[in-house]
Amino acid sequence: MLSNHVKLMQFFSDIKVVAGRKKLQKMIYILQACGVPFEEKFAFHKFGPYSEELSLRMEELCNLGFITEDKMEKSNYVQYQYTMTSDGVAFLEQFPLDMPDLHPYVELLQGKSSRFLELVATMLYFQDLSRHEVQQKVHIVKPKQKYNDKEFAEAWSLIDKLVQ
Amino acid sequence: MAYKDEQLSEEKVFKDPVHRYIHVKDRVIWDLIATPEFQRLRRIKQLGTTNLTFHGAEHSRFNHSLGVYEIVRRIIYNFRDRPHWNEEKRLLSLCAALLHDLGHGPFSHSFEKVFKLDHEQFTQDIILGDTYIHDILERVAPGFSQDVADVIAKTYSDQLVVSLISSQIDADRMDYLQRDAYFTGVSYGHFDMERILRVMRPIEDQVVIKATGMHAVEDYIMSRYQMYWQVYFHPVTRSAEVILSKIFKRVRHLYDIGYTFKVAPTHFMSFFKGKADLDAYLKLDEAIVYYYFQVWQDEDDAILSDLCERFMNRRLFKYIEFNPNKQMEAWMELHALFRETGIDPDYYLVVDSSSDLPYDFYRPGEEEERLPIHLLMPTGDLKELSRQSDIVESISGKKRTDHKLYFPMDMLDQADHSETLLRIKNILNGQGAVTDAE
Repeated sequence: MLSNHVKLMQFFSDIKVVAGRKKLQKMIYILQACGVPFEEKFAFHKFGPYSEELSLRMEELCNLGFITEDKMEKSNYVQYQYTMTSDGVAFLEQFPLDMPDLHPYVELLQGKSSRFLELVATMLYFQDLSRHEVQQKVHIVKPKQKYNDKEFAEAWSLIDKLVQ
Repeated sequence: MAYKDEQLSEEKVFKDPVHRYIHVKDRVIWDLIATPEFQRLRRIKQLGTTNLTFHGAEHSRFNHSLGVYEIVRRIIYNFRDRPHWNEEKRLLSLCAALLHDLGHGPFSHSFEKVFKLDHEQFTQDIILGDTYIHDILERVAPGFSQDVADVIAKTYSDQLVVSLISSQIDADRMDYLQRDAYFTGVSYGHFDMERILRVMRPIEDQVVIKATGMHAVEDYIMSRYQMYWQVYFHPVTRSAEVILSKIFKRVRHLYDIGYTFKVAPTHFMSFFKGKADLDAYLKLDEAIVYYYFQVWQDEDDAILSDLCERFMNRRLFKYIEFNPNKQMEAWMELHALFRETGIDPDYYLVVDSSSDLPYDFYRPGEEEERLPIHLLMPTGDLKELSRQSDIVESISGKKRTDHKLYFPMDMLDQADHSETLLRIKNILNGQGAVTDAE
C-alpha cells in the first residue's frame, strides 16, 4: 500500500530539496544501484537511466499535495524544484517504513551537478563490466558529453564511497 | 552469397489487419520468425488482462512484433537515400524491431512485480543465450547478436538506430496504439501514420519530424493520451490486474510457508526459488498459467481458490476513488475492520495507483529528463514539439494520476450483517460512489 511513495518521501525528508528532474532521476537510480530498495524500474535512455514509473510517482505525490513542484526559470531552460510539504511530513509519520539510513548517501550526492550524476548513474548501469569497459561504454553511449579522465576519477571515487 | 544478404526467392507476406501486409524478403528475418522463441510470442497476449474489459483484445505479442518490424521496414525504405542514414544498419534495425519484445512473459506486468523479474533482461538473455535466435544472429556476423541486444537495450553506439524502436515517436508505439485500438474496437488510437512516416527525417543521432507534419504528430500524441485513459488504464482491467497480482502473491506465499499443493506448481518452481532460468521462462506461456489458475480453484487454501475463481470467471473487485491524503484514516480503519471480519486486507483491500501501471505520456524533456520529439523547422533549427503545438502543450501539463481502492463487495454482501460489516459499508459508501468493475 503506497509503500513506494513512502520510500520516495523518506528520501525527501532527508534531502529536503532536489533541484531538477534529471538530478532526481539519477539520484534515485544511484541509490537503487547501491542497494536502497527503491522499486522503480529504470531503462537506459539518451541521458542515462530513466524511470517513467518514478516520473509518474512524483506527479502523484505532487497531485496529492505531499510534494511541491516549483518551476524555476533559468537563463535558457526551465528547472523543477521539489520539496516535501507539511501534509507530506504528516503522511510519512503515519507510515513509518523500514528503510536503510539514507543520510550518508544523501550527503555524498547532494551538491553534485546533474551532468556528474548522469555520469555516475551511467557507470553504475554498466557495473557488470570491468572499469576499463565501463569507461569505453560511457564514451560510446555519450559521445557528446565528452567526459574527461578527471570526471571519471571523481565518479569512481564517489562510487567506491557509495558501495562501501 | 553471405547469409546476411540472402533474399527469399519470393517475397513472403503476412496479412495484417493494421498494416494490410507485412513484407519479408530477408532470409534472416524469415528464419528468426520461425524460431520457437519467436513463435512463443503467439501465446502471450499483447494486452494481458484487457480482454476482460474489451473482449476483442486477444491479439498477441507476435502480431505486435511483426507490426513493429513492418513499420521500421517502411521507415528505412524512406530513409534509404537520405543523409545521416547508414544503409548498412538496415538488417540490424529490422532484427531489433522484430525481437524487441522477445522477453515478454505471460501477464508480464503482474508477474514481474511479484517475482521481481525484468522482461527486458530476458530479451537480452534470449538474444545472447543458447537459443535458436542467438544462432541465427551469429550466422549474420560474429557479435551481431550483441549489436541487436544493444539496440534493444538502447545502449548501441548509433542512437539513430535506437530511436527507430525506442523514442517518444517510434515504431513500437505507432504499432501498439493502432493495433490495440483495432482489437479493442475503440475509436481512439487512430492517427495518420503514413503522413508521419513521410515527414520523419534522420538527423545525426535522432529521428525528427518535418514541421509541416506537426498536426499528424499532434494526433498521435492525442491518441496516446486517450488510449491511456480509455484502454490501458481502464478501472476494470486494473481490477483484473489487482486480482492477478494477488494470485501470484498468494501462491508464492503458500510455497514459502511449505503449503502442499494438490497439483505441484512445477512451472513456477524456479521463480519461487528466485532462480528463474531461461528454459523455465521460455516454457511459461499463458496457456500454462491458465491451466494452474484452473486447478488452483480446487485448492484447499480459500484465498488462492477464491482469487483464481474470480479471475477465471471475471468476478472482479469493485472500487471507489481514493485520495491517500484525505482518506488515509478511513483506509486504516477499513484495514482493521476487514481483518476483524476475517477478510484478509492484504488480498482484498487494495489501493491501486496510476504509477502501478506506468505509461509513457509525452514528456517535453525539460532539463534533459528524456529526449523529446523535435520538429525540423524550415530554417533547419530543431524545436521541441510542445513549444510549437498548443495542443501538445496543454496535454503535457494535464493531471494524469489517480488512485482507486479495490475490494470484493460480494464478499461483504454475503457475510453476516454484523456491526463491523455495516461500519465497513458505511465507510466505503461515505468515500464516494462504489463502482462496479463491469
